[in-house]
Amino acid sequence: MRELPAYYGFWHYLGHYGLRVLVALVLAFLMLPILIIIPLSFNVEPYFSFTEGMLRLDPDAYSTRWYEQVFNDPRWILSIKNSFIVGIAAATLSTVLGTIAAVGLASPVMPFKRLITALLLSPMIVPVIIIAAGMFFFYTRFNLVGSHLGLILAHAALGIPFVIITVTATLTGFDRSLYHAAIGMGASPLKAFWDIVIPLIRPGVISGGLFAFVTSFDEVVVVLFLAGPAQRTIPRQMFSGLREQINPTILAVATMLILISIALLVTLELLRRRSERIRMGTSA
Amino acid sequence: MTATSLSKEDLGAARRALRRRKLTAFLLVAPLLVFLLFAFVAPIGSMLFRSVHNPNVADLIPDTMELMDDWDGVSLPDESLMNQFAVDLKRLANDRTSGRLAGEVNRILPGSSSVIQSTARRMRTVDDDELQQNGAALLFDAHANWQQVPIWQAIRQSGNPYTIAHYLTALDLERTPSGEIQARDGPRIYVSLYIQSLRIALFITVLTFLLGYPLAYFIANAPIRLSNILLIFVLLPFWTSLLVRTTSWIALLQTNGVVNTALMGIGLTSSPFSMLYTEFATIIAMTHILLPFMILPLYSVMKGIDPSYLRAAMSMGGKPIPAFLRIYFPMTLPGLSAGALLVFIVSVGYYITPALVGGADGQMISNLIAFHMQQSNNWPLAAALGSLLLFVILLLYWTYDRLVGTKNLSFG
Amino acid sequence: MKKLSALVGMGALLMATTAFAQQQTLTAVSFGGSYGAAQQRHMIEPFMEKTGHRILFEDYSGGIAEIKAQVESGNIQWDVVDIEVIDLERACAEGLLEIIPRDVLPPGDDGTPAMEDFMPGALDNECGVGVIFWTTLYAINTETIGPNKPSTIQDLFDTEKFPGKRALRKRPQVNLEWALIADGVERDKIYEVLATEEGQARAFAKLDTIKSDVVWFDSWSQAPQLLNDGGAIMVQSANGRFYAAIQDEGRPFEMIWDGHLYDLDVWSIVRGSKNKDLALEFIKFATGTVPLAGMQEVAYGPTRKSSAPLVDPAVLPLLPSSHIEAGVKADGVFWADYGESLGERFNEWLLR
Repeated sequence: MRELPAYYGFWHYLGHYGLRVLVALVLAFLMLPILIIIPLSFNVEPYFSFTEGMLRLDPDAYSTRWYEQVFNDPRWILSIKNSFIVGIAAATLSTVLGTIAAVGLASPVMPFKRLITALLLSPMIVPVIIIAAGMFFFYTRFNLVGSHLGLILAHAALGIPFVIITVTATLTGFDRSLYHAAIGMGASPLKAFWDIVIPLIRPGVISGGLFAFVTSFDEVVVVLFLAGPAQRTIPRQMFSGLREQINPTILAVATMLILISIALLVTLELLRRRSERIRMGTSA
Repeated sequence: MTATSLSKEDLGAARRALRRRKLTAFLLVAPLLVFLLFAFVAPIGSMLFRSVHNPNVADLIPDTMELMDDWDGVSLPDESLMNQFAVDLKRLANDRTSGRLAGEVNRILPGSSSVIQSTARRMRTVDDDELQQNGAALLFDAHANWQQVPIWQAIRQSGNPYTIAHYLTALDLERTPSGEIQARDGPRIYVSLYIQSLRIALFITVLTFLLGYPLAYFIANAPIRLSNILLIFVLLPFWTSLLVRTTSWIALLQTNGVVNTALMGIGLTSSPFSMLYTEFATIIAMTHILLPFMILPLYSVMKGIDPSYLRAAMSMGGKPIPAFLRIYFPMTLPGLSAGALLVFIVSVGYYITPALVGGADGQMISNLIAFHMQQSNNWPLAAALGSLLLFVILLLYWTYDRLVGTKNLSFG
Repeated sequence: MKKLSALVGMGALLMATTAFAQQQTLTAVSFGGSYGAAQQRHMIEPFMEKTGHRILFEDYSGGIAEIKAQVESGNIQWDVVDIEVIDLERACAEGLLEIIPRDVLPPGDDGTPAMEDFMPGALDNECGVGVIFWTTLYAINTETIGPNKPSTIQDLFDTEKFPGKRALRKRPQVNLEWALIADGVERDKIYEVLATEEGQARAFAKLDTIKSDVVWFDSWSQAPQLLNDGGAIMVQSANGRFYAAIQDEGRPFEMIWDGHLYDLDVWSIVRGSKNKDLALEFIKFATGTVPLAGMQEVAYGPTRKSSAPLVDPAVLPLLPSSHIEAGVKADGVFWADYGESLGERFNEWLLR
């Protein structure tokens, strides 16, 4: 612990310790609600609360029955499958389109830059309920409601802003003269793009893709409007479970989702560090 | 080299090169624009169109609607129109589409649905010639309301394919038969729900600020190792599924939930509080969910502020609070405004959490849009409510962009 | 020899692919919970086993809104749906359901032709085939209710004598009927009164008296949970939900039969279903003597006379048919005419 500065008076001390207490409380507020799910998912009873046995740490009060139920329920299996199919396809689509567009957008001579950026970021600003309702009206005409394709297109649109933001962030540290030098030396723009730009912005592209995947993986409003029974996803299944019959299988699924988030978070952190190293490298 | 020394050819070549670069840049963005135009912009456009365009009734009873053109709209329509309507109603009853007409008219004149449905049921068995001749009398016989003007006015109004009536409803207004616009007679729910949504969103924004600011400050000024660990505490909730976080609030707040059991366990209360399905539940769960949106932009701005400013101010004998407010706080404003905008905009249009934990008094405008989309099937009204919400949000976004600029929107 | 086995292999492969091509997926939708589980065991699984087709069995919380949205937008996602007769008349009159021909229904297992085998009411509406006789009532938790037990619909509306939350399903159906019963309307006049403006105002006024004490829920399956965890002291639900909670989970619930509103559920086909033929096959199978008798697991009465001998005598007193005098028959025709008007009015009343 650092020594507190000598000029500190009463208000300084109050601020100093008060801040620490407040910070601890806010951190608890952030983390506890998430952590509490994990032990509850092992409750042997079909409740959402701690039983006396659980508090006594009686092994009989814990069980993995809800996890077994998840993997024995064809509806959960189908939703897990759908979530991954839609998530991966949507993330791929928005990463490819978004990365190419971000490169164009980063060009200093891009026309209508401000307007186009605002448009590309707007799926993040417009309330999902409005997007979902509009898609329900419009996709109906193309028979896209109740199809995987419709869901993939919708989720890809929702993921675009995240790809644009992350890729643009890596591009700001990127020295465009490298790209122009390659073209000047006779490389085609496509080849220059592939050989020079992509390797440098790869961390940003991957984290943008992960963002897009998570956006789809966690999305439920559009699914509520566009998906038929054959397209239900994990969040959709959780939503109807929470609405209709509260049952701890949801807690088991939630615990698994928390583990997935931790894995994603670690991946992203590693990517961020790598990207920082690359950026330092090119600007040095 | 200055421009004056360029030859004409050079200038032309430079222009061409610039144009080519512009074109290349645009072509890179083009595929995404085309995609978004189809997958995102057109759907929103079709929602806006829906809010003013509803051809249902005009398609259901075209012949009656044609005769309506000659009706003055004040006195009872003449017999030929009523006869035609009786014929149309029989056809609808046999196609089993009279319910659609009943639903549309009912939205303009509540209570009409039962009049139309029960009359249609009666007309089903009458033969067409009889209806052509005597339809009006049969209508009168089936229900007394057919002898009054309002239901006919309602049918005519619902038969107009282009209408701003849904916007009027969404603003708790209505048009009188003589065409004036006045406050709606009857329950006024929508405007107060917009205000409630804005109020809840503002409340959540303030709460996330109060909780997020100290934490962001602490993380930004902590030693690097500690700040990395603390950042994970912020990022993990951010990356955790929204439904997982909503689930945990249900587990915490329900009658037999963790909070109540704990409170009763330590003897603070003898009977459980009902916290789930209230506005309180909506606010606390949404604050939890949106807190990282406030912390992250604040943190990224605070990290760039040299702590020595504040220390210098304080060591020179400045009182800590005024020093903080005058020196440090203004420097964090860009992060604060970015975070506040995000939290506010996201929460105004929030749907899932209020739907799951909000009960009757914790609902927001999005929930009513979903209700009209999925429960009452009043799609034009849902579209009008949605368009107004979109307008409010774009207005906020535009104001923000003017005042601050959107450069500070970033994640992690 | 090698050639032959190759040929056989090819043939087997071909047959496998044609079998695969013929396998269809049907989407059946019902109310979930213990009732859904019984249907899963006695209707869905045996049908899949018998025919090799796949059924996606979904839950919904009743009402016609979702069917209406599908039909009116032209996105038909559901094929077969279990619907309450209180909603059936309206759904059928509004053209949301297919008409089911009567002559294709198989005779009972004892040989009685279908038209005679089905009980009165089970085939009244051309859009549905009866599945169960059931009823809406309310129940109490005997452990927490205290010495003074409610026993009538009046008690449900008496917040002074019985303070505490009441849980009701969020819809006008049943609740408006109960409000009138509590307000003293004679039971055979309820629908007559409810068809008048004054009667409707009277029903809403009565509901006003308990509005602040009501917990509204969306789905029948939420009801037993509410009664169990103390969310409400009197909870409305289908009799089968409470029966299953008492029987299978040993809950200390007691059903109050006064003023129960008995009704049927039917299987229907959503209009425009892409699997109409298979949907009809399913309904023919699921409304056979044995599958129908299986619904006694959740104390719902079968709609075929030929199922009666298969019903456990111990369940008989718990079937709605044993409590007809205490109850009122739900009027689907009334709700076909007034469902839209009263639905809008009810929702506005809720938001007020």
